[in-house]
Amino acid sequence: MDLSIIVNQYSLYLNGLWTTIWLVALSLLLGLFIAVPAGILRSSNNWFVKGPIWFYMYFFRGTPLLIQLFIIYYGSAQFDALRESWLWEYFQEAWFCALLAFTLNTGAYTAEIVRGVIGTMDKGELEAAKAYGMSAWQTLRRITLPNSLRRALPAYSNEIIFMIHGSAIAGVVTIVDITGAARVVNARYYAPFEAYFAAGLLYMCLTFSVIYLFKKLEASYLQQ
Amino acid sequence: MKKISLLIALFALSFNAAQAKEWKHIRFGVEGAYPPFSKTEADGSVTGFDIDIANALCAEMEVKCTLVKQDWDGIIPALLGRKFDAIIATMDITEERKKKVAFSDKYQHIPARFVALKGTDFQPTKEFMAGKSVGVQRATTMDLYISDNYPNAKIKRYGSADEAYLDLKAGRLDYVMADSAAIADGLLAKEDGDKYEFIGPKLNDPKWFGEGAGIALRKQDKALKVKLDSAIAAIRADGTYKTIQDKYFTFDVYGAAQ
Repeated sequence: MDLSIIVNQYSLYLNGLWTTIWLVALSLLLGLFIAVPAGILRSSNNWFVKGPIWFYMYFFRGTPLLIQLFIIYYGSAQFDALRESWLWEYFQEAWFCALLAFTLNTGAYTAEIVRGVIGTMDKGELEAAKAYGMSAWQTLRRITLPNSLRRALPAYSNEIIFMIHGSAIAGVVTIVDITGAARVVNARYYAPFEAYFAAGLLYMCLTFSVIYLFKKLEASYLQQ
Repeated sequence: MKKISLLIALFALSFNAAQAKEWKHIRFGVEGAYPPFSKTEADGSVTGFDIDIANALCAEMEVKCTLVKQDWDGIIPALLGRKFDAIIATMDITEERKKKVAFSDKYQHIPARFVALKGTDFQPTKEFMAGKSVGVQRATTMDLYISDNYPNAKIKRYGSADEAYLDLKAGRLDYVMADSAAIADGLLAKEDGDKYEFIGPKLNDPKWFGEGAGIALRKQDKALKVKLDSAIAAIRADGTYKTIQDKYFTFDVYGAAQ
């Protein structure tokens, strides 16, 4: 056990921590923009609306995140049309590929959460809204969404934690996140225990912060 | 008291046994992703220069040989964790690695080089390399060389050299640095390889690249080192080494002078 390795390399770990945080946070935020409309429209009766969303959700929930990242990162380079277009400016960056893969992945999982909570809305509340003469849009905005999103919180905090842990694969496409930093340290000092233990501690801090925040959030929502 | 002396006797016995271990069976850790030294065939078997050398050494020492495939960046920990007894994976003998493992005498020495798309500019200076993206395999001597000499380059570290070649072809990297023979076989000889060329000098500064590649061993296995050293000398002397070398290379891979 040689903890001086970790102490000497703390700036590498801190940079890695920051990379993990912004990558995951941005993916979750963008994923939410996909998930809420997708989750609502998934319950539509029109197959042209429902079909593509069904396919999107099943593809991204049905395949490993690592495979999705490989398809986007290594797979995209195979198409000359893409490489010659302006899009390549983004696709050539590892961080963009990781962000895209994580966003689409968390978007699909979160859409399923949204679909679930909307589907289990209390019928009484919906009928009351109808009795008040609210339009479908008003019911969605004033009743269904606030109620559902509140009930989605526990499941969503799980999704965030999965995303933090899943983001550890960003390192395979050269991004130096927490895991990437640990691999660099391990590569230089051949001390896998110290290198990965430090990474584990950082992930644990992140996870517990999320759990703590959501506990507060759930408590304040339940009071309303 | 009797119990304790028995324990001590047992301990001494086991210690002696470990010391005098007769090597009948050697497990070699190999990488399988660094052609032509080590590559994985379609059927999952591992072949290459390193593997042929390992088999020749085992034949020389009259021991049984097993190959264990292991990813590069976990290969030293796996040796220390007794997953195998020796690493034969074009591993340069460096001071940093000697802190963790022992090495046999060198069995080959090949300089490292940069490779890039034909016509790419290159100057081996910090100023020129600032912001240029360079791909290396993580935890290699090339990785350390770039990290120490061009810290302001965009260094991208990959699990295997093959992944770095992929990104060079995709235009994500300006340069890749690896063993020259590995680049020649793994990139230049492959499809579209003619678009790329070696660039800059041959690099073999012993400060980073050590004194050649050796077989890594656990430090306590001193008897194994003696055995391997004499086996390397023997296959060098009887022409087995040259036969294997000529199968893969058109030049001398043992000396540093090329």
